[in-house]
Amino acid sequence: MTTKPGRRRVTLFVTCIVDQVYPGIGQATAALLESQGVEVRVPRGLTCCGQMAFNAGFRDEAYAVAGRTIEVLRGSDDVVLPSGSCATMIRHLYPELFQRSPYAGPTADLISRTYEISEYLVDVLGVADVGARYSGSLAYHDACHGLRFLGLGRQARTLLGSVAGAEVKPLPGHDQCCGFGGLFAVKQGAISEAMLDQKLAGIAEAQADLIVTGDASCMTQIAGGLSRKGSKTKARHLVEVLANMTDARQ
Amino acid sequence: MTTQSISFYERVDGALHDASLKTALSRATERFIGNRAGAIGALSDEAALRDTARAIRAGALSRLDELLAQLATNVESRGGTVCWASDGEEARTYIAELAKARGVRSIVKSKSMASEEIHLNHALEEAGLEVVETDLGEYIIQLAGETPSHIIAPSIHKTREQVSELFHQHLGVPLTDDIQTMTQTARTALRQRFLKADMGISGVNFGVADEGAVVIVENEGNARLSTTVPRIHVAIMGIERIVARMEDLGVMLQVLARSATGQKLSVYTSMISGPARSGEEDGPEEFHLVLLDNGRSKILGGEYAEALLCIRCGACLNACPVYQAIGGHAYGGVYSGPIGAVLTPLLQPDLPEAYMLPQASSLCGACQEVCPVRIAIPDMLLRLRADAVKAGKAHPVEKAAMRGYVMTMNNPAVYRAGGRAARLGSRLIGRKGRIRRLPPPLSGWTHGRDFPTLSGTSFGEWWEEREKKRKEAAQ
Repeated sequence: MTTKPGRRRVTLFVTCIVDQVYPGIGQATAALLESQGVEVRVPRGLTCCGQMAFNAGFRDEAYAVAGRTIEVLRGSDDVVLPSGSCATMIRHLYPELFQRSPYAGPTADLISRTYEISEYLVDVLGVADVGARYSGSLAYHDACHGLRFLGLGRQARTLLGSVAGAEVKPLPGHDQCCGFGGLFAVKQGAISEAMLDQKLAGIAEAQADLIVTGDASCMTQIAGGLSRKGSKTKARHLVEVLANMTDARQ
Repeated sequence: MTTQSISFYERVDGALHDASLKTALSRATERFIGNRAGAIGALSDEAALRDTARAIRAGALSRLDELLAQLATNVESRGGTVCWASDGEEARTYIAELAKARGVRSIVKSKSMASEEIHLNHALEEAGLEVVETDLGEYIIQLAGETPSHIIAPSIHKTREQVSELFHQHLGVPLTDDIQTMTQTARTALRQRFLKADMGISGVNFGVADEGAVVIVENEGNARLSTTVPRIHVAIMGIERIVARMEDLGVMLQVLARSATGQKLSVYTSMISGPARSGEEDGPEEFHLVLLDNGRSKILGGEYAEALLCIRCGACLNACPVYQAIGGHAYGGVYSGPIGAVLTPLLQPDLPEAYMLPQASSLCGACQEVCPVRIAIPDMLLRLRADAVKAGKAHPVEKAAMRGYVMTMNNPAVYRAGGRAARLGSRLIGRKGRIRRLPPPLSGWTHGRDFPTLSGTSFGEWWEEREKKRKEAAQ
């Protein structure tokens, strides 16, 4: 949506985990959008998409949180998230959550203007090169929700392929779940860890300096495993690479 | 936490610490995944074929009563007998009484998940009958006294070393690591059983309504022997496993074989439409078709009806990272893996831990991605989780956490204050940017993973500060 001719404006929904745990990912996302001439707005009071409750089966609680989010996101701006998972919650799961409710109409409207960041950059803005630099090697992990429910992956690879100085390496098992799965990671911790071990085996094989992914949640799982194992490989969010912010945190 | 839920976790724990299981599962699922990918990839338009397969199945389910009646009429017109079994008890009784009435003593069985579902072997053995499984995998687990851990590869959890040990113990043959030799051992042992059997029991992959035939696909020839050598053949078919027309069958066989084993077509495809007719040399004297409902018609009209599209190819099990890690037995139901986590709460609602199974998924969607009829398994797992919560089965800690979650997320002031407290707390318990031990209920996270310490400022706070500075600068 445009405010004046040639000027796009988006509402940035950084998601609760980025807001509280990885503010740098939010900053990087805003910086990327602004570097493309997009005006960024962050509504006060935007918190969470409601996925945590929805995935746990607590639909009344999910309705309460997601319903409020729908209210906060009312308007005409495109909504951009640095998360394929939370974008999946909105685009794939809100219709079921809000079917036969007063939010059914606003849901359809919100879905029509909701994008994950790599999708927005490549498919909406038509950008392939954001002018990023990274001297080292990286490998991309396809986070499940973005990959299988939004059809993402191509966009991130396009953008990473244009990062100057970066060697993009293949990641064995790149489309295999890291084992995060929200509360699954804690409620079924043993299975989650076994899945993470598989992921880490692929990462060890890739021998890259960075594992890059599009979801802070999967990044937390992978980084948590790498850190515990004392690996030199770091996990970073896609936008941190694209905004030259790979060194902004440990 | 209930004792049942502990035992689910115990099974998972046991599976995760079973090195042989890990070896067996990774060998087999890797092979299955690779074969499937190759076979599906070789299709010129796999997406369209899967769409067609789904439409065929959905169309058949939309007029299931009509098609079943057509199938039954056609089977009966060719001299077969049809038993409409509303549950396992009716099916077991029918088969046991038939065996008794015909003086049956020895039974050979080819693979049938429906028979597993109704615990048929146990009932027949109670009735004094000798029952031998003839599918190699089923034979192995029957010797071991176990249940299938995979829809199409029942002994997938066993390594070749374990199978050799089993054959050595039960059949007195020397230990070997040569699979050919082990297969030959089973073949020799089973051949005697086929010749001796009075009754053969099989499953059914598809019933074809217009043809009045049941179709059985297999790779070992044991189903063909089980259905033709003994004088009586009993086929057990879940009522949903039907297609309307022969043309439909062609599509279904293609997607089944490619999805299940990565073959273009299974080695044997048998179509059976009744007992041997006069003048025919092969085939049984009697053919009985048991149409098993056992909870299926209840699923049909509801929000899980899509689960009935399943053609039992097992592709979702192979693709599932949870199944790959824990195998089939940990699920505790007859059907395991992603589709089992959906079917078990629906078909075995009395199983105490059935409601737990939908929790054993990261919702990664790999199951739906490979499903030949595109069943939206993750969406159904989410609905089943919601059912469990509605039924009051959520853990009290989780319930309390969810109340806190809503209160936090829907009150920006609480959200901000809570965030500040959590970020401060994280720096108090963390060292060098990482936390190695989180307090309960999050302690599970740090069992095998670190968590980062959090920065002093949230994104929201940083953004507001930035906007304030910008406004001031603009003034």
